[in-house]
Amino acid sequence: MSLTIEMEARNQILCIRLKGELDHHTAEDLKNQATREIEKHGIRHIILNLEELSFMDSSGLGVILGRYKQIKQTQGEMIVCAISPSIKRLFDMSGLFKIIKLEVSEENALQRLGVA
Amino acid sequence: MKNKMELQFSALSQNESFARVTVAAFIAQLDPTMDELTEVKTVVSEAVTNSIIHGYENNPEGTVFISVTIEDDLIELTIRDEGIGIDDVEEAMQPLYTSKPELERSGMGFTIMENFMDEIQVVSHRGEGTIVRLKKHVTKSKALCN
Repeated sequence: MSLTIEMEARNQILCIRLKGELDHHTAEDLKNQATREIEKHGIRHIILNLEELSFMDSSGLGVILGRYKQIKQTQGEMIVCAISPSIKRLFDMSGLFKIIKLEVSEENALQRLGVA
Repeated sequence: MKNKMELQFSALSQNESFARVTVAAFIAQLDPTMDELTEVKTVVSEAVTNSIIHGYENNPEGTVFISVTIEDDLIELTIRDEGIGIDDVEEAMQPLYTSKPELERSGMGFTIMENFMDEIQVVSHRGEGTIVRLKKHVTKSKALCN
């Protein structure tokens, strides 16, 4: 089981949809692809859809925090949506919700950013 | 009845998934809950990743050793490497501590292991390697007892 990364850039918002398993092995791919998209499209905000992410460990937290820092430079926001209870526990434990927002769906996340 | 398995593999990141899935398949005999299974998988992933990145500093010549014993409702898990070792284990176990911030590490590995398992013991010697011993009791499926 590996990681499938789907990305859609629109109105300076990058929507990242992850499917499969996010660990140290697959985090590198996500880091490279997302960094490239952020730079290429002048991305301000990121919506991270984790609906189909079946596994994540602390390497996932690291790469997510890394992208947050990247968009933070231009006062961007990061919103995580459709998170499973087990992955949510990792976010809770690390205190990541103090800086990253949580929404139930991609649509809610877009509304929060004022574009839907 | 006591039941044991051992596993050893090259310190390659593609083996992280192999390691956690294999350990999960073995402990599935205890009929743990899905949450408990996920917790053990996450913990194996954390410890194996530490061995690969920190113990062996990404040198694939290294070998990671795992042994798992199950008896009644208890899982005993040992993850060992023969890498560079940790100078200050207490410091390494602090939440958000990382020796490699340039690699976007979250520093949450040991914190997750502590939270998801009942007991953790880390023994490390410089130049000799690191042993992480973990214990967890699972809530046996009670459906059949009713």
